[in-house]
Amino acid sequence: MTTSTAPGLKGPGVFRRLASWWGPYPIAQVAVILAVVALFSVLGHNAAQTMSRIGVTPGFSFLDRSANFEIGEGVISFRAGDVYARAILVGLLNTVKVALLGCVLATVLGVALGVARLSGNPLLSGIVRWYVEIVRNTPLLLQLFFWISLVQALPPPRRALSLFDSVFLSNRGVFVPGAVVEGSPFAVTAALALGFAMGIGFLLVSRRRNGLSSHACAAALLLAVALAWAGIALSGSTIRIDVPALAGFNIRGGYSLTPEFAALLTGLVVKFSASIAEIVRAGIQSVKRGQWEAARAMGLRNGQIMRLVVLPQALRVITPLTTSNYLDLVKDSSLAVAIGYPDLVSILNTTANTTGQAFEALLILIVIYLVLNLSVSLLMNIYNRRVALRGGRPA
Amino acid sequence: MSAIDGGRAPTRLRLPLAYRVVDGLFGSPLNIAITLATILLIAWIVPPLLRWTVLDATWTGTSADCAARDGACWAFVTAKIRFFLFAFYPSELHWRPAAVIILLLGLLTIAAIPRFWRREVLVAAPLVILACWLLMAGVFGTPVAPNQWGGLPVTLLVWTVCFALSLPLAVVLALARRSSLTGLRYLAVAYIELMRGTPMVAILYAATLILPMALPEGLTIEKLPRAMILVTLFWTAYTAEVIRGGLQVIPPGQQEAATALGLGYWKTIYLVVMPQALRVVIPGLVNLVIGFFLATSLLAVIGIFDLLNAAKASATDPAWLGYYDESYLIAAAVYFAFGYGGSRYSQWLEKRLSGQDQR
Repeated sequence: MTTSTAPGLKGPGVFRRLASWWGPYPIAQVAVILAVVALFSVLGHNAAQTMSRIGVTPGFSFLDRSANFEIGEGVISFRAGDVYARAILVGLLNTVKVALLGCVLATVLGVALGVARLSGNPLLSGIVRWYVEIVRNTPLLLQLFFWISLVQALPPPRRALSLFDSVFLSNRGVFVPGAVVEGSPFAVTAALALGFAMGIGFLLVSRRRNGLSSHACAAALLLAVALAWAGIALSGSTIRIDVPALAGFNIRGGYSLTPEFAALLTGLVVKFSASIAEIVRAGIQSVKRGQWEAARAMGLRNGQIMRLVVLPQALRVITPLTTSNYLDLVKDSSLAVAIGYPDLVSILNTTANTTGQAFEALLILIVIYLVLNLSVSLLMNIYNRRVALRGGRPA
Repeated sequence: MSAIDGGRAPTRLRLPLAYRVVDGLFGSPLNIAITLATILLIAWIVPPLLRWTVLDATWTGTSADCAARDGACWAFVTAKIRFFLFAFYPSELHWRPAAVIILLLGLLTIAAIPRFWRREVLVAAPLVILACWLLMAGVFGTPVAPNQWGGLPVTLLVWTVCFALSLPLAVVLALARRSSLTGLRYLAVAYIELMRGTPMVAILYAATLILPMALPEGLTIEKLPRAMILVTLFWTAYTAEVIRGGLQVIPPGQQEAATALGLGYWKTIYLVVMPQALRVVIPGLVNLVIGFFLATSLLAVIGIFDLLNAAKASATDPAWLGYYDESYLIAAAVYFAFGYGGSRYSQWLEKRLSGQDQR
């Protein structure tokens, strides 16, 4: 800060600083921006005219009107006659559901495949290699068409394919065992949340104290489970695992995944597990051989080398690349529209077609995807900061 | 690595191949278990697949012959191959899309060979693509509206035209994103991030629903060109990011030296910065372009008869109803040929270009 009484040169004024921030050719820049604004206002004016010609008033008032379509499935209920805003919320929740499950499962499968690809066993690594090549080099949409036709070609529920009599595959969907809550679901959710919050808190404290050990992890897990169990028992509810079973012409019990959801989830998991496998492989290979050799010379076992030496370094390469994969997965879940899963894009498309408010629907879509993308980036950046090299620059 | 290898080949003990294979398969109890599990998996998957694709397959005949057997119906593919390739293009004019396929594949082949990377090819490529477009539209003959186009030529045309148009736009956008002109920089950032944050399906819906509304009254564009306009704008954002990656690795000294020599901004970019930056990003661009090729399949979502949609529609022919597996398999084979070939090419190119750096 320079005051007027201080000797020496005066700092630049507000206008100068603004001008140097704005850069050279200030007038031309403003002209370009005005031209862009003009282009959009012409397009917007045309659109408004077209809308008035077909009798549609621009604006977001249609969100309160009732929507006369049914939605196949949703996390929250929806019936024809509910408002459009609720329909869009159903779509958003469906997108979040498939994207979240997809990210988790694709990561699990991808890491397993990436490690298998590096296995010394030529048969295993060869199979994984061709899996990755085939999956990566065919379009996701084609794979989705394949999965949906596969699900629809499954036998009817009465003759469903079953795995260990607990998972059933049929043309009405996929049935898996699930936890069923009896009593107050709110109390159970609260108990679970509290238990896991305490577990995570315990982990963070023990990490601050003396680093993370497997004992601390086990203790935290035990604490979380015990607390959650105690909470559930105190509230008088019970949780039991419900296994689906054949009842009459259908399958009852457990969780059921609709054919569309099952096909979309499978497609996304298969497609993105292949790219994550490649990233994991590249990440592990980016760790120099010398690191393995040095660790081995210090007497570490293979599992320890992986966990203590190789993975922390590999994660620095893996995390940023995985982030962009997650972003792609969230965006590609919109291909749901092609196989009839009611995701956000599909419902907004229906909304645009039934109300004529295409502009508003697109605007909503862009804003929601922007928020989704930013939240994924934010979470992954926080994680990235944890694994990134602290201080100094990577060699 | 290369610095060490240059002097003397490393004397690493290399065991004979047969020994390494046997050791990998049966070297330890874990490896034996993995091998057995993998063999079981193969034994579970391969025989039914082999039975379906080859042993029980029907190679010639009609739909009735296929229905009589359990396996794949390759007779369907031979009967519908024209539809796969050309979809609803008028059948007496099929030589046109066939010529377009040959021209575009020829252009791709020439463009892929570094020896032909000259200014002449750079000028000729857009002309060839334009000629293909005019040939499809039938400017000098019976006109055929884009609504009737279909099959492989549509996939190839959308791919090449949209990428060719997006490349110059992307260069401008990448330069704007790195320029000191703050207003333009923010415009570029906003454009790129908005486009990259939106799914391509949404962009295609914008092409079918919003673009016709936003056009001035009386001006109508058919669905395919409309989709291509927005796909071009969409791909521009991705291409611009790849090019920006190349611009970032050019040391600032290059630009400063050019400025010191008295070159203006555009001459510096054209003569000094871009040639270096583009060479750095060529492998990245090739990977991007392969991704674009696979992404053209999304046109099927808005009902354009590209390769994938033609394959899907071919199984709705009443004479050959429901042979989806076969048609998807053929479409997958075409996409795979391009995708796999492209990724091998990109690896080869990367090695070759990095080899040139060291000379």
